[in-house]
Amino acid sequence: MRYLPLTPTDRSDMLAAVGAKSVDELFKDVPASARLPGKVAGLPDHLGELEVERAFQAYAAKNVSPSTAPFFIGAGAYRHHVPSTVDYMIQRGEFLTSYTPYQPEITQGTLQYLFEFQTQVSLLTGMEVANASMYDGSTAASEAVLMANRITRRTKALLSGGLHPHYRAIIETTAHWQGYSAVSAKADAEGLEELIAKVDKETSCVVVQNPSFFGHVRDFTKLAAACHAAGALLIVVVTEVVSLGLIKPPGEMGADIVVCEGQSIGNGLGFGGPYVGLFATRDKYVRQMPGRLVGETVDADGKRGFVLTLSTREQHIRREKATSNICTNAGLCALAFTVHLTLLGEAGFRRLAELNHAKASELADRVAALPGVKLLNDSFFNEFTLRLPKPAAPVVEALAEHRILAGVPVSRLIPDDPSVENLLLLAATETATEAGLAPLIAGLKEVL
Amino acid sequence: MVQSLDRSQGRIGGGAANTTAGPVSTYTGNRALQIEEPLIFEMGQPGRCGVDLPEPSKVKDRLNGLKRAGEIGLPGLSEPQVVQHYTRLSQKNYAIDMGVYPLGSCTMKHNPRINEKVARLPGIGDLHPLQPVSTVQGALELIDRLAHWLKTLTGMPAVAMSPAAGAHGEMCGMMAIAAALEARGERAKRRVVLAPESAHGTNPATAAALGFTVKPIPANDRGRVDLTALKAALGPDVAAIMLTNPNTCGLFETEIVEISRAVHEAGAFFYCDGANFNAIVGRVRPGDLGVDCMHINLHKTFSTPHGGGGPGAGPVVLSAALAPYAPYPWIVKDDGDTWRVAEDGAAVDGKPLGRLKAFHGQMGMFTRALSYIMSHGADGLKQAAEDAVLSANYVMASLQDVMTPAFEGPCMHEALFDDSFLKDTGVSTLDFAKAMIDEGYHPMTMYFPLVVHGAMLIEPTESQAKEDLDLFVGALRALAERAKSGTAAEDFKAAPRFAPRRRLDETLAARKPVLRWRPSNNPPEGDPMKQAAE
Repeated sequence: MRYLPLTPTDRSDMLAAVGAKSVDELFKDVPASARLPGKVAGLPDHLGELEVERAFQAYAAKNVSPSTAPFFIGAGAYRHHVPSTVDYMIQRGEFLTSYTPYQPEITQGTLQYLFEFQTQVSLLTGMEVANASMYDGSTAASEAVLMANRITRRTKALLSGGLHPHYRAIIETTAHWQGYSAVSAKADAEGLEELIAKVDKETSCVVVQNPSFFGHVRDFTKLAAACHAAGALLIVVVTEVVSLGLIKPPGEMGADIVVCEGQSIGNGLGFGGPYVGLFATRDKYVRQMPGRLVGETVDADGKRGFVLTLSTREQHIRREKATSNICTNAGLCALAFTVHLTLLGEAGFRRLAELNHAKASELADRVAALPGVKLLNDSFFNEFTLRLPKPAAPVVEALAEHRILAGVPVSRLIPDDPSVENLLLLAATETATEAGLAPLIAGLKEVL
Repeated sequence: MVQSLDRSQGRIGGGAANTTAGPVSTYTGNRALQIEEPLIFEMGQPGRCGVDLPEPSKVKDRLNGLKRAGEIGLPGLSEPQVVQHYTRLSQKNYAIDMGVYPLGSCTMKHNPRINEKVARLPGIGDLHPLQPVSTVQGALELIDRLAHWLKTLTGMPAVAMSPAAGAHGEMCGMMAIAAALEARGERAKRRVVLAPESAHGTNPATAAALGFTVKPIPANDRGRVDLTALKAALGPDVAAIMLTNPNTCGLFETEIVEISRAVHEAGAFFYCDGANFNAIVGRVRPGDLGVDCMHINLHKTFSTPHGGGGPGAGPVVLSAALAPYAPYPWIVKDDGDTWRVAEDGAAVDGKPLGRLKAFHGQMGMFTRALSYIMSHGADGLKQAAEDAVLSANYVMASLQDVMTPAFEGPCMHEALFDDSFLKDTGVSTLDFAKAMIDEGYHPMTMYFPLVVHGAMLIEPTESQAKEDLDLFVGALRALAERAKSGTAAEDFKAAPRFAPRRRLDETLAARKPVLRWRPSNNPPEGDPMKQAAE
C-alpha cells in the first residue's frame, strides 16, 4: 500500500522491540466481543491512484459543471474567478499540511498570514478587530448571537426577514437547544420590514443581512441607534463579501458584530464547503469573541513575531466556561481569502465590486424587460429577486434541462410560504458573459 | 554562545556538526534561506495590482445611496510580490510534508495529493450547492458513498454529514441526545453530562453550551475510567457520558462494554468522541461497543489536510435510537436511482433537531476523505491502524528507559509520557519540547491530557518509515540524557535557537493585545524590518 512505509521486516523488527508476538497482542485491551475476525465485511480493498481518479471522474461526469453552462446562481455562495496563484499557494505543503500554530517558533508562516487576514477583515467590515476565521458565514452568525447574549446578559434575538433562510434556521436550532429565544420576522421579499419597533429591553441583538437575502441594500444606521438605546447589539451579516468593495461597511452603520461568508474571495463554490467565516467586532468586546485570535509580540531576541493569544476564552483552557466549543476553524480557506485579497488590493477589490454591480445591472434590465417579469429590487449589488408570472421552481428545472443554471427559486429555501412561490433569485458576477446571458434570456422567454 | 550538540547518540550517520548560529549579523537580517518578511501592509504601493480586470461598463449605481466612501486601506502588490511573500511565509512553517509531526491527538498523517486533485475536478470542486438536484446527481451519490463507508466502518445505522469539524459534530451529537430525551419527556430532569477528567476541552464546552452540568469522572491508576466511580455517578439525572475511546491517554478503555451497559441501564446515552478512531478503524466498530453517537474528524482519521487549523469536517454516526433526530439536510435516494436533498424539517420522515450549517456540509473534505478511503480500502485502513499502533508502541518501548511512560502499555496510537524523568533537572516539558524544534521536529502535544503531570503525548502515525522513527527516537534519547546530565538546563531554556523565531513573549501578547496592523504600528526595536526600514 503506497502510503504505508513499514515493510513486513520492519513490522517484525518493531514487534520484537516492543516484545509482542503479533500486532493482535497490541489490541488485547479491546474486549473479545468487539474484535473483528478480519477486515470489516462488505467493503472493497485498496485501489491504485489511477482507479481512484477514474472513480471521481465518473462522479463528476454525472454533474453539470458551472464552467460548461450559463450560470446565475447565488443565494449565499457566489461564483468568482480565483487567480491561479491562490490555489497554487494553498497547496504548498508548508501551509496545507501544518496544523494550528501551537508552536509559534515554527509556525510563523501561518500566524503572520492570519494576522494579515484579521487586519484585512477589520478593514473590509469597518470594524476594529477580527478573529482568525470561523467555519463559515452561517455558523459564524449563530456564534455572533451567542456572543451578544453573553455581552448583554439577555436571551432574545430578533432575526430580520432578509436573513438567509439557512442562517436563520441555524440560529433557531441553536436557540432551541441552548435555551434562548430567536424571534424571526416573516421573510420579506420587498425588503420593507420594520425592525426598530420590535427592539425592547429584553432584546440581546438584532440580526440583519446586507445586501439582504433578496438582494436589497439597506442603511442600518437608525436601527443601530435604536439597538444601542435599548441596550441591544446590532449584528450585520454579509453573505457576498465582494459587496464591501462598493457598499458602505457595516462598521460605519454602527454594527457591533459583523459576520461574513468569505467564500467569494479565494474559495471556490465546492458544493457548499469548506468556506470561511469572517467575524469582526469592537475592541471592547474582544474577550467575548469566539474562535482563535493571533496577536503581535516579540521573541527572546526582540524580533517581531506572532502568537495565538487571549486563549483564556477558549475551550482547551476554559473547558465548560469557554466562550465557544470551537477548536478547528478554517485556516486554509482564510489563507485563500488573504492571498486573493492581497492580489486584488485596494484598486482590484473595488474594480471587482464595480464589475459585479455592472454585470448584475445589465442582467436586471434585460430580465425585467421580459413580459410578466417584475424586478422587486430598487437596490441591489450583484443579486436580485424577480417575480415570475408562474412558479419559479419548475422554470429553473426546465432551464436546467437545457443546461442553463438560472438562479435559485426562493421556494427551495422558504418552502412553507406560498407567497414566495413565483420568486426567483438571480445573481451575476464578473464571470457572466454575453455567451451566457443570451441563452438565459432566450430560455426564460421560452418557458415563461 | 551556542554549543554544538552531542550527536553521537542514535544519530544515523552522525557527521560532525560544528555549525553555529552565532551572533554574526547580516545587512538584511536574513539568514540564507530564512528570509525576514514584512506584513503586506508594509509592502504595498498605490498603483500596483496583482490582477488585471476589465473596465466595468458605466451604469448608474443602484446602491440606495450607500456607496462606500474613502479608502478601504488595502495595500497594492503585484503578482510576483504576492507569490514571493507567501512563499517566504510558508518557509517559516513546519509541516507533515517535512517530517515527523508527532502532535498527539491531532493525527498528523500523510496527506495524499490525489485527494487534492479529485477535489478540484470540474464537476466536483466548482458545483454550486443550490444547483438543481438534477444537475448534481454525482455529487449527491458521492456524499452517500462516503456515508456508506462511515456507517459500515463504525457499524452504525445512520450518519449526519453536515457538521463542519469535530467540535461541531459534538454539538450535533449532544443536540441529538437532547432531542431524544425531549421526545421521552426527560430533558428537564436529565441535566448532567459525565466526562472523564482527561477529556478534550471541547467535550465540557459543548455540554455546557447546551445547558448541561458537567461532572468529571476520575481515572483509575491504569489510565482508564474508574468504573466504580462512574456507576456511582450514574442516576436518573444523567443525560449522557462523553468518552473518548481510545482515550486521550492513548489507551483503549478495557471496560468499555461494561461502561456502555451501565450507561444504558441508567437511561443515559453514550457519546463517543471519535478523535482517536484512527487507532481502531478497520479493526473495531464502535457500534459493537454500545456507542450511541460519535463524530469522526475526517481531518484526522481520513487525512484531509489540517491546513494550518482547518477546515475540518465532523460527520456524526448515530445509533437507531438517535437517527430520527439527525439534522437536515439528508441525502435521499428515490426510486429509479435518483438522488435528492431533503433540506428542511417537512421534507424528512424523522424528527430532525434542525439545521447546523448552510448547504450540505464540507463537500471538499468529503471528496478528499472518500479518495483516501478508496485508496486504502478495507485492507489498507486496517493495516494503517495497525501500523499507527505499532509505531506508537515502538516509540514507547524505545524510550521507556530514558523517559517515563505515564501508564503501562501496550498503548494504542499514541505514547504518553509524564515529566518525572525531568524531575530535579531544571528542564520542563516546555523546554524539552522547544529543544525538539532545534532537532528538526515539531514537538509532541504538551500538557495534555491534564491528568498527567507535564504530559508529553506522542502520536507518530502510520506514515513514518522505521528509519525515520529511529532517528526521532535517537533525538529524544539524546535530549533526555542531556537533560538528565543536570548541566544543560540553561541550554534547554534557551531553545529553540535555530528556528525562524526564538521563544515568543506570550504574556506581552495577551497583556497588550495587538490583533491587527495599523499604520501607527512600528516594528519593535531589534527587529530586522526596523533596521531595513532605516
